[in-house]
Amino acid sequence: MSLLGKLSWDAIPLDQPIVMGVSFVMVLVIASILGWITLKGHWSYLWGEWLTSVDHKRIGIMYVILALIMLLRGFADALMMRAQQAVAAGDAQGYLPPEHFDQIFSAHGTIMIFFVAMPFVIGLMNFVVPLQLGVRDMAFPTLNSIGLGLTASGILLTNISLVVGEFAKTGWVAYPPLSELQFSPGVGVDYYLWALQISGVGTLMTGVNFVTTILKTRAPGMSYMRMPVFCWTALASNLLIVAAFPVLTATFAMLLLDRYLDFHFFTIDGQGNAMMYVNLFWVWGHPEVYILILPAFGVFSEVVSTFSGKALFGYRSMVAATLVICVLSFVVWLHHFFTMGASANVNGFFGVMTMIIAVPTGVKVFNWLFTMYGGRVRFEVPILWSVGFMVTFVIGGMTGVLMAVPPADFQLHNSLFLVAHFHNVIIGGVVFGVMAGYNYWFPKAFGFKLDERWGVASFWCWLIGFYLAFMPLYALGLMGMTRRMQHYDVVSWQPWLVAAAAGAVVILAGIVCQIIQLVVSIRARETLKVTADPWNGRTLEWVAASPPPAWNFATLPVVTDIDAFWQQKKEAHIEHAPAAQSSGYELIEMPKNSAIGFVTAFLAVVVGFAMIWHIWWMAALGALGIFLTTLAFAFREKEEIEISVEEIARFEEMQHAEVVA
Amino acid sequence: MTITRHDHAPGDAEEASGAHSTRSTLIIYLTGLFLAVVLTATSFWVANTSILWSTGVPLGLSVLAIAQMGIHLVFFLHITTGPDDTNNVLALAFGILIVILVVAGSLWIMTDLNQNMVLPAELMDLHMQH
Amino acid sequence: MNITVALDGHVQDHTAAPATGASHASKRIVVTYGFWIFLLSDIVMFSALFAAYSTLSRATAGGPSGAQLFDQVGVAIETACLLASSFTCGLMSLAIGSRRFGTTYLYALLTFALGGVFLALELREFAHMIAIGAAPQRSAFLSAFFALVGCHGLHVAVGLIWLLVMMVQVKVRRFSAAVERRLLCFALFWHALDIVWVWLFTVVYLIGVNQ
Repeated sequence: MSLLGKLSWDAIPLDQPIVMGVSFVMVLVIASILGWITLKGHWSYLWGEWLTSVDHKRIGIMYVILALIMLLRGFADALMMRAQQAVAAGDAQGYLPPEHFDQIFSAHGTIMIFFVAMPFVIGLMNFVVPLQLGVRDMAFPTLNSIGLGLTASGILLTNISLVVGEFAKTGWVAYPPLSELQFSPGVGVDYYLWALQISGVGTLMTGVNFVTTILKTRAPGMSYMRMPVFCWTALASNLLIVAAFPVLTATFAMLLLDRYLDFHFFTIDGQGNAMMYVNLFWVWGHPEVYILILPAFGVFSEVVSTFSGKALFGYRSMVAATLVICVLSFVVWLHHFFTMGASANVNGFFGVMTMIIAVPTGVKVFNWLFTMYGGRVRFEVPILWSVGFMVTFVIGGMTGVLMAVPPADFQLHNSLFLVAHFHNVIIGGVVFGVMAGYNYWFPKAFGFKLDERWGVASFWCWLIGFYLAFMPLYALGLMGMTRRMQHYDVVSWQPWLVAAAAGAVVILAGIVCQIIQLVVSIRARETLKVTADPWNGRTLEWVAASPPPAWNFATLPVVTDIDAFWQQKKEAHIEHAPAAQSSGYELIEMPKNSAIGFVTAFLAVVVGFAMIWHIWWMAALGALGIFLTTLAFAFREKEEIEISVEEIARFEEMQHAEVVA
Repeated sequence: MTITRHDHAPGDAEEASGAHSTRSTLIIYLTGLFLAVVLTATSFWVANTSILWSTGVPLGLSVLAIAQMGIHLVFFLHITTGPDDTNNVLALAFGILIVILVVAGSLWIMTDLNQNMVLPAELMDLHMQH
Repeated sequence: MNITVALDGHVQDHTAAPATGASHASKRIVVTYGFWIFLLSDIVMFSALFAAYSTLSRATAGGPSGAQLFDQVGVAIETACLLASSFTCGLMSLAIGSRRFGTTYLYALLTFALGGVFLALELREFAHMIAIGAAPQRSAFLSAFFALVGCHGLHVAVGLIWLLVMMVQVKVRRFSAAVERRLLCFALFWHALDIVWVWLFTVVYLIGVNQ
C-alpha cells in the first residue's frame, strides 16, 4: 500500500482545460492575496485581530466574507449550467461533457446551501444577536471560533476538490445506491461527505451556542416577550440546527461506513435499504430550509418595522408563527419523496401537513404588510429587498403549496418546475433576506453606509434577473423537462432556456453592482460615515457605537419594553443616541483570543483530506493533533482579559465627541 | 431590588433537590439505583419468560424503558417539575418530541415503503433468474 | 405545538412581573445548560441510528439474526456495570460537592473501572461475533447493529478518556470553578449514556431476541 493512499499525480485533471484554467486563476488569486498580506506586513494584524478572535462581531463578519466568496463560486457554476443548457439542444452537445456537468450541478447545490446560505445567515446572527440581546458576547466565544473554523475547513475541502481529484456527480443530495462505492468509486462523494461532515459539526456547535446565548444570557429586563423578533427567529432556527443536524451527521456516517468499511446500510446487496438514506436525509433536509428562512424572516421583521417607523404589527403572532413553523417543519419531510413508493395514507398525511405549514408563513406576510400600512415608509435599499421578497416569496410559496398536493407532485417531481420553486423561495426568501440584512447592518459593522445608488441598481438587477431566469423554468417544468439535463432533444425548449440564461446574466450584473457598491463605499467611507444609529433604529444594536467596541456596551442596557432603544429614545425626547455617560464604568472581563479555532480547522482539513485519499497515518496524526489541541486548551491558565475603566471611558468620550461634531 | 430568578443548572444535585446535606442526596441516589435495578431485572425477566402474552412483550418492554428513563432523569439527573427547572425541562421536552417524530415518522414511512415495494412473487422469480 | 404553548405560557408569567426579567445567569448554569442542549442533539443522533436499526433489524440477508447471536447473560452483566458506574458517578458528584479529594478519586476510579469493564465486555462480544462470521459486512442488520451499539461504545470510550483528563485536572487545579463545571458536565454525559443504554438493551437485545 502506498504511503499516500489513493493520491497520485493522476488526481490532478490536467486534461480538462476549463478545470485547469479555473484552478490556475484560483491559485493565482490566493497566492497574490497572501503575497499582498506578506508584503504589507499584515500577518500579525490578521492573526491577532481576526483569525484568533473570539469576538462574535469579527466572527460574524468572517462568516459573511466566506459566504460572499462562495457565492461567486456557486454562481459561476450556475452560469456554466445555464450556458450549457442554452446551447445543448438537439444535435448540439454543448461545451460541458456529462461527467463535468454532473459535478457542476452537484457542487452548485452543495455550495449554495451549505457554504453560502448557511454561513451568511449564521454570520448575520453572530453579528447581530448578542448586540440585540444587549450582552457582550456569545455564551461560548471560543466554541464560536471553532465553529467558524470548521465551516471554513469544509469550504476549503470543497474547493480543493476542484484541483485535486473530483467532486460528487450525484447531485447535492447524494442518494444511494448511486453514491455507494459500487457506482461512485471515485473520491467525489468522499469530498462531499467529509466536507459536509466537518462543517456540519461546526454548525452544530454554533447551534448549541446560540440556543444557550439566547435562553441564558440577555440584558437585564429582557424577558422573552421583549426579545427582538430577529432573536426569536434565530432561536427557532438554532433549535432546528440542534435537532436536525445530528440526523445528517448520523446519515452521512452510515454512508461513510458503507463506503469505507463495506457496511450495508444503503447498498443493494446485503439487504441494505437505500430509501432509509432518502428518509433520513430529508428528516434533516426539510428543517434545513427553515433553518435558512427563519432568520431571513427575522431580518425582514426588523427592516420593515424600522423603515416604516412603526412597531412590528402582531409581535406575539409573529413569535407564535415562528415557533409553530419550528415544530411543524419536523412533520413534513416526506413531501420530498412523494413519488418514491409511499402509499396514499402516508402521502396524504404529509401533504396536508405541508399545506398547514404555509399558514404561519402567511400570518407573517400579513404582519409585514400591516406594519407597512399606515407607516411612513422610507424606501432605502434594505426595504427594497424586503418588498421584493414579499412579492417573490408569495409566488414561490404558492407553487410550493401546489406541489404539496401529492397527485400534482407526481407530475412535477424532479422537473424544472421543482427547480424553479425552490430557487423561488431560496433566492426570493433567503438571498433577499441576507442582502437586506447585509445592507441594513453594514453601517453597524464598519461605521459607514453602503452606497445607495449601486445598492438600488443591484437590487433591481437581482429582482429582474431572478424572474427572467426562473419563470421560464416553471414553464419548462410543465412542458416536461426534468432537472439536471446535460443535453436535450426537444428543440422547442431552447428559447426558454436562452431566456433563463439571459436572466442569469442579469443576476450577474446584480452581483457586479454589489461588488462595485462595496468598492465605491469603502473609497467614500469618510462621506458615508454614520453615528451609532443611522436608520433611526428600534433595537439595542443601535445603542452601541458603529463599529461597536469589543465589549459592545460600556454598561449593559436595562430593558423595559419591546423595541428597547425606541423606548429609550422616546423617554429621552431626542431622535438620536442618548448622551454618553462620562464616568461610573466598571472593569469588563472579556474572553481571551485563542488559536484553537484556527488550529482545529487546519487539522480538520488534514484529517478530511487524508480520509478522502485513504492516507490513514495522516488522518490519525491529524486526529491526535485535534485531541492534543483540545487538551492544551483545557489546561490553559488564563481565560479572560480585563478591559480597564480608563480604556472604556476613553472610547466613550471619543464616540461622544464624534457625535457632537 | 428584586432578586433575579434563574433556572438551576441541569444535573445540579444540591440546588435541585433543595437538599443541602450530602446524606439526603445520597438517599436519592440509592432510591434511584434500587428502582433502576428493579426495572432492569423486570425487563430481562419479561423478555425471557413464556408466561406472558408474547405480542404484548415489546410494548411492555418499551413501557419499562420509558419508566427507567424517568427514574434516571429524576433520581440521577435531578430533573424536577419545579419552577427553577422550566428551561431544562422545556429543552428536554423539545428533544423528546423530536426523537419521537424522527423515530415514529421514519418507522411509519419505511414500513409503508417496504409493504408497497414488495415485488410480486412472479416478478421476484424473474429478478432472481438474472 | 407543545413547546409553543408552554413557552408562551412561561413567557406570560414573565411579562406579568416585569422586574423578573432575565439577565446573565452564572457561568455554571450557562455552561451546563449548553452541555444539556448538546446532549439533546446527541440523543437525536442516536434516534437516527435507532430508526435505522429498527428498519433494518430483519434484513439479515440470509445471515444470523439477533436471536441467534445475542447472549443475554453478557448483556445483563454489561447493563449492571453501566448502571453501577452511573451510581458511582453520582456519588462522585456528591464527593466533589463536599470537597473530599480521596472520596472523589475513589469513586472516579470505580466509575472508570466499571465503564472499562463494560467496554471490554462489549469489545469481546464484537470480537466473538466477527470471529463466527457475523461481521458488520455480513448483512444490513449487522451493519446497523454494529453502528448503533458501536456508537454508544465510542461514547463510553470518549467518556473514559474525559474522566482520566478530569482526574489530572483535579490533581493540578483542585476543585476550581472550571474543573467543577466540567465534572458536572461529565456527570450529565455519563448519566445520559446510561439512558441511551436502557433503550439499547431494550430495543436491540430484548425486543430483538423476542422477535
